[in-house]
Amino acid sequence: MTTAVETEELRKEFGDLVAVDSLDLKIEEGEIFGLLGPNGAGKTTTLSMLATLVKPTSGTGRVNGYDILKQPDEVRHSIGIVFQDPSSDDILTGWENLYLHALMFGVAKVERKQRIQHALDLVDLQDRAHDLVKKYSGGMRRRLELARGLMHNPRILFLDEPTLGLDPQTREHIWAYIENIVKSERVTVIMTTHYMDEADRLCNRVAIIDHGKIGALDKPSVLKTKVGGEIIRLRARTPKLEPIKELDYVLSVSQSGSTLLLTVRDASAHLQEILGKIGDVESVEVHTPTLNDVFLYYTGREIREESGEGGVFERIAQRAGRR
Amino acid sequence: MGELEGFYALWYRELKVFTRERSRVVSSLITPLLWIIVFGGGLGSAVSLGGVNYQVFIFPGILAMTIMFSSIFFGLYIVWDRKIDFFKEVLVAPLSRVTIFAGKMVGGCTDALLQGSAMLLFGVALGVKYNLLVLLLSFLFLFVLASALVSLGLIIGANMESPEGFQLIVSFLIFPMFFFSGALFPIDNLPHYLLVVTMLDPVTYAVDGLRGLLLGSSQLPIALNLAILTAFAALMVGIGTWSFKRLK
Repeated sequence: MTTAVETEELRKEFGDLVAVDSLDLKIEEGEIFGLLGPNGAGKTTTLSMLATLVKPTSGTGRVNGYDILKQPDEVRHSIGIVFQDPSSDDILTGWENLYLHALMFGVAKVERKQRIQHALDLVDLQDRAHDLVKKYSGGMRRRLELARGLMHNPRILFLDEPTLGLDPQTREHIWAYIENIVKSERVTVIMTTHYMDEADRLCNRVAIIDHGKIGALDKPSVLKTKVGGEIIRLRARTPKLEPIKELDYVLSVSQSGSTLLLTVRDASAHLQEILGKIGDVESVEVHTPTLNDVFLYYTGREIREESGEGGVFERIAQRAGRR
Repeated sequence: MGELEGFYALWYRELKVFTRERSRVVSSLITPLLWIIVFGGGLGSAVSLGGVNYQVFIFPGILAMTIMFSSIFFGLYIVWDRKIDFFKEVLVAPLSRVTIFAGKMVGGCTDALLQGSAMLLFGVALGVKYNLLVLLLSFLFLFVLASALVSLGLIIGANMESPEGFQLIVSFLIFPMFFFSGALFPIDNLPHYLLVVTMLDPVTYAVDGLRGLLLGSSQLPIALNLAILTAFAALMVGIGTWSFKRLK
């Protein structure tokens, strides 16, 4: 496997605030890599630096083998970016938006029409290609921007909160399109999100980032295992605790009233045995740790679910401009 | 590589927007027409200047005003554009900032000149006589003026954080530039303080040049007017390019 992105001590300060704290990151080609964290965690600044939109305070990185400091044009040619906020021109049609992108990103004339067609096919917008973007729904507009990000055949696609502000059904659709694109176009996807379900659903690996530092980095499933097995929640009037505590696959037991919380390795395989030893049980529930639990475990706080104020790149640009 | 195509893309976009937002184009012509018809017509019923009716006298000035308003507003619009629109996407394209500036500037000039053409056409109704040379030179003046003022708008837009200061710019820049330019009065007999400000206003030279071309009466030689205006435009284009290079 080749490396798509690599950073060395990548750091960004805004005044006194350390937005990204000496980040060392390595992302392989073909991955869907997620930067997961709350607003202001630094995930967005990281993305902006990799996309050469923001200059690092110190450290550097390579994107597709190009140095982000010394070869920003090459980096920009080799990546596609989908902004959090709409960035398509709503006075133009979908087709025209793609055409302009092709012109600006130097897609050869002979390829343009065919690339536009292909991009439209990927996101099922052929029928609406010649409608003004003004008449698109939020989800369609996001799809158009996904397609646009792919127009110049980038090897890495940066997605900034790809489903922020979309309804659940549309989010499902966008996820499916992203998965499909990764499969058919063989691009590496690097995305930011503060949705646990999104990271869980899409990403091969997730970096949990908080206060500019990576708290944990692994496959979502591994991260969840690290939190410690699965959780069994029981209600029993007179539970027999001693035999349970002796079992080596039971990691912890806690009791509050008639409710028992057990952290158990491979809970479903051992559920029968546990229930047999514990006596009369009124109800039982097996609960897999979610990335939410993981985030809580590594950062000590819940991730905020509310949306950010404005787009990430814009916020960064504004902050940078104010200095 | 690809800079020329990028330039074309930016220009193409502005042209598309222009042709689709017809209501905006029409409304931008309403104000100058009101000036000529109401102000010029009303005052013209009592006043004539430089041997022509007042309505005709202010025509070159109003022509310059049409260019002025559409040019500066076009440039200023990138304050919004940067935040909510397509321009974000332009800024991440692998294009040099010089190209982006040039595309935006020429796009704005095209808009302004199309509106200027409509005004020139209206001049026929006022009895202004054109020949080919006059028309070409008038266009040259309008183009230089537009390029200077689109650049000025882009400079302000590139350096402005939010659209809140917008009204300030209209009151402190656009209106003074118009009123001091001699668009509405002859500049040969002004009180000293007014003359100084008028001579400092770059739009004055566009108005005087156009008046010389269209009505045959200018205070300065037409070539000198053009030279001063061109120098101002060059300065604005230079600062504009520099502003865009700094733009994130």
